[in-house]
Amino acid sequence: MGGINNRTLLIAAIMVGLGLIFIVKLFILQVHDPTYKFSAVSNTRRQVTQYPSRGLVYDRNGKLLVSNQAVYDVMVVPRDIVPFDSIDFCESLDLSIEQLRERFVQMRKDIRSRKISTYKPSVFLKQLSAEQYGEFQEKLYKFKGFFVQGRTLRKYEYPSAAHVLGYVGEISEGQLKKDAYYSQGDYVGISGIEQTYEQELRGKKGVKYMLVDVHGREKGAFRGGEHDTAAIAGKNITLSLDIELQQYGELLMQNKIGSIVAVEPSSGEILALVSAPNYDPSLLIGRDRSRNFPVLLTDSLKPLLNRAIQSAYPPGSTFKTINALIGLQEGTLKPYTTHECFMGYFARGLSVGCHLHDSPLNLTQSIQCSCNAYYCYELRNILDNPKYENIQESFNVWKDYLVKFGFGYRLGSDFRNEVRGFVPNADYFDKVYKKSWSSLTVISLSIGQGELLTTPLQMANMGAMIANRGHFLTPHIIKDIEDSEIDERFAEIHETDIDIQHFAPIVNGMELAVWGGAGSTARIAQIPGISICGKTGTAQNPHGDDHSIFMAFAPKDDPKIAIAVYVENGGFGARWGAPIASLMVEKYLTDSISTPYRQWIEKRMLEGDLINAEQKLQ
Amino acid sequence: MPNRSYNKSIDWITVGLYSLLVIFGWLNIYAANFNPENPVFFDTSKEYFKQLVWIGFSLLFVGMILITDSKFYVEFAYIFYGFTILLLVVVLLFGKEINGAKSWFEIGPIRFQPAELSKVATNLAVARALSRYGFSFKKFTDLVKASAVVLFPMLLILLQNDTGSALVYFVFIIVFYREGLTGYILTFGLIAGIVTTLTLLIPNSTILGLIALSIIGILYFKGVRKDLFKALVIGGVILGASYAVYEYSNSTIDLEYVLIPAILFVSIYLLSISISKRIHKFIPTYLLILWSAIILALTADYFFEDVLSHYQRTRINVLLGIEEDPLGAGYNVNQSKIAIGSGGLTGKGYLQGTQTKFNFVPEQSTDFIYCTVGEEWGFMGSTAVVLLFLALLLRLLYLSDKQHSTFSRVYGYGVAAIFFFHFAINIGMTIGLSPVIGIPLPFFSYGGSSLWGFTLLLFVFLKLDTNRNELIR
Repeated sequence: MGGINNRTLLIAAIMVGLGLIFIVKLFILQVHDPTYKFSAVSNTRRQVTQYPSRGLVYDRNGKLLVSNQAVYDVMVVPRDIVPFDSIDFCESLDLSIEQLRERFVQMRKDIRSRKISTYKPSVFLKQLSAEQYGEFQEKLYKFKGFFVQGRTLRKYEYPSAAHVLGYVGEISEGQLKKDAYYSQGDYVGISGIEQTYEQELRGKKGVKYMLVDVHGREKGAFRGGEHDTAAIAGKNITLSLDIELQQYGELLMQNKIGSIVAVEPSSGEILALVSAPNYDPSLLIGRDRSRNFPVLLTDSLKPLLNRAIQSAYPPGSTFKTINALIGLQEGTLKPYTTHECFMGYFARGLSVGCHLHDSPLNLTQSIQCSCNAYYCYELRNILDNPKYENIQESFNVWKDYLVKFGFGYRLGSDFRNEVRGFVPNADYFDKVYKKSWSSLTVISLSIGQGELLTTPLQMANMGAMIANRGHFLTPHIIKDIEDSEIDERFAEIHETDIDIQHFAPIVNGMELAVWGGAGSTARIAQIPGISICGKTGTAQNPHGDDHSIFMAFAPKDDPKIAIAVYVENGGFGARWGAPIASLMVEKYLTDSISTPYRQWIEKRMLEGDLINAEQKLQ
Repeated sequence: MPNRSYNKSIDWITVGLYSLLVIFGWLNIYAANFNPENPVFFDTSKEYFKQLVWIGFSLLFVGMILITDSKFYVEFAYIFYGFTILLLVVVLLFGKEINGAKSWFEIGPIRFQPAELSKVATNLAVARALSRYGFSFKKFTDLVKASAVVLFPMLLILLQNDTGSALVYFVFIIVFYREGLTGYILTFGLIAGIVTTLTLLIPNSTILGLIALSIIGILYFKGVRKDLFKALVIGGVILGASYAVYEYSNSTIDLEYVLIPAILFVSIYLLSISISKRIHKFIPTYLLILWSAIILALTADYFFEDVLSHYQRTRINVLLGIEEDPLGAGYNVNQSKIAIGSGGLTGKGYLQGTQTKFNFVPEQSTDFIYCTVGEEWGFMGSTAVVLLFLALLLRLLYLSDKQHSTFSRVYGYGVAAIFFFHFAINIGMTIGLSPVIGIPLPFFSYGGSSLWGFTLLLFVFLKLDTNRNELIR
């Protein structure tokens, strides 16, 4: 043969030839022709998050409470930034050079701490106005690495119900780590129903992949949009709130501190939940939030605090109804039991004062006139019941009733920040009094004072329970969620294990408290034509004037509304609590305030100023 | 030449080239899957980790191949071939369809493509057939037998709808050529390719005219002058007449058919002169080429429109520049070219690529792995890969020619030809020189089946090469 075969040489030549063609083509592609380098820079896939619109919120009558408004965020992909004209940038966004520099310093910090990615877009500047958006969009081609992304903010149709609705804000780092759905800069419900129903309201984010050219302009969908997912709008929700009633309640509570909670006894639906002082929910939208939030937070009157669910107060005399029910059920009290009252209760050097009323009186009269002494006897009878071995046992029996009534624990409403109040047990007193205590030691519990704390929501629930004659449904604000069911627990009936016949003397007493003759504590609450039943309360307060309390429901035989009003430092229950509660009930049931006398009461309530008067004194 | 030892050691140069390609390939698979947001290495679900496992198995196979006696491959060539044919039939019946091709076996977590194995088996069978005593391509039966060995698995793979893998079998024509098949077939194939491509680009009438003119030119320079002149004058008259008929009859037939009568007349005239006068004996050959080209041109459109699937047609159209569709069919190639082009002279640096991340380039760790090389290693790196492959191919040709036994030589050529085809089509496709046919780049592309197939192919030859001075029977 000798040497290499000719055909082998030809084959080798073809191979080498093709190899050379490849190398030449590679040279053209990679070194000679700059087109592809530009293409690569320009050929960036941009991931644009499609934010769904958040679900709308309606009140029980279908009035729109919360909607959405569009805003625009400037987004940045840090690794795509090239040097740009910062003066121009600042002018179109109304920024100072210092602010811009600050933003960049912050961005670098975030990149270092891996809060944001250099590859993925993150928020550079939040919430442009429509005009800024227009101007910036025009100039966008000059600022590589930046683009504008639209998203929505909340819009509140009424300046009311801020505590109920809560607010939406940027997600915290803690939450970000917990839920993979969110990314930096996303908005989530932080309090109120926005927080509770976040899952329903938020919808589902979508994502759109765009091809973007060298000037940051979108060149169409990436691979025909096959990887895109559409955003799914959040579900609309309907609240049980009556916005008219809510607004009226807020008006009545102006210049006062305290709260109103109104519920529909048959369903447990919250009709109004007022916490005073309140604020306009619009203050906490978007960029304004960072300015207004600290102001609200540092206000000495704590407007951010939702007193209706977050403040625990002594229930005062409204609690006598509870003690009476326990006594009746335990058999230590009969409707005909009478006690004498000599302007108070006196035993072993201890005295509980009372006011002037007829004596002796029976159970119904004791509610009507709110006799303190009657309940001192009454609680002692429960606690010293020979059925039980010792005070510890009988006290815990008493405590267990309270828990059944919804005291001492969170009711489980749809507000996450509800507090549980306080109901002591025997151990508690064992610790405090080193096991040496008796029914006399805890005597103030008989009139709803002492070591007992309830929230206004629990007090309203107490009203609903009495209105229902022995059961309640967990108070809740959600009425309907679009395309889904509300939580089953809101339909569950909670029995209190008090026999139904024990309610008549109590309810009658509450009716007489409003409608009775001399000695009745709440005659100011009379609403023409409506059989309202109520119980006043006046809670002693070591920090100042007594709190004015009223717990009521109406009408007597077919209760439509149960209400609790708590006015801090308002004095007697009949002074602020009873009139405000009755006005709320009247407004809700008749839609107006009927007689001139009632209108005069309304005017007095609206004008009543417990905040500024106090300041004048100081 | 007397030899001191029949058993020489394995060819370390080839082993070295193999190792370099596998290692460099793995580095690029790692890069293609590298997530700069979350750089983890030990993740068994990641392709680079699995590829490492496949490489491990490959080494095991290499060991097994090297301890097997060379005679085994000769003896078992047909059995092995028969077995893979069986597998190809079975996969056609029970296989799993992935990306439209029913070419995979799936057993638990392992997926396996018998088409990869069949390359080795077919190559062994071809080597066995061509090394049979007295085999010659001049004998028609031998030609048919050899072709059948190749066409049989090819057809089965075509039925699996895996066009890319089936096309590979065409490269055995190189082996056949080396072993004595007439060069005309290669030339003819080349002309056919050019004509087919042209028919898609320019109108048929123009092609027919061009073909006719080039044949006339060749005949002129071959010395056919007087007779050609006469023929052309008459041909011109016929052309004029048929064109007139075409115009006045308002005929709907295509313009190219107007040319046919004239070309037909000239052909017959020249043929009769050649035969009767016994001069210009080459004329029939050229007329055959002329008419083959005409028929091809007339049927190519039909083939293209009715035989090829829509996406194949679009891909070819895009390649030829007829259609421009940077986000559709041309998307892959466009992105691939952008990725490679953006690498520049020295590349963006290892793991620094942006185009071959985020799935800009599709199939970025399998068919389009070369993009990662181009982007991150630049012109230097991509050229180095081309040179490595060339070195491997030339080394294989060199070793093949050194084989004493025909079996080993033919097998060696087969290996070189298969590697060459994959190299040519895969890299050609990423830089826009060949249509997008989904076949892997040997040792680079992610995938166990292909890596094992290529390793098997290569190391069986290296084993045979250790006995190069023997006549393996």
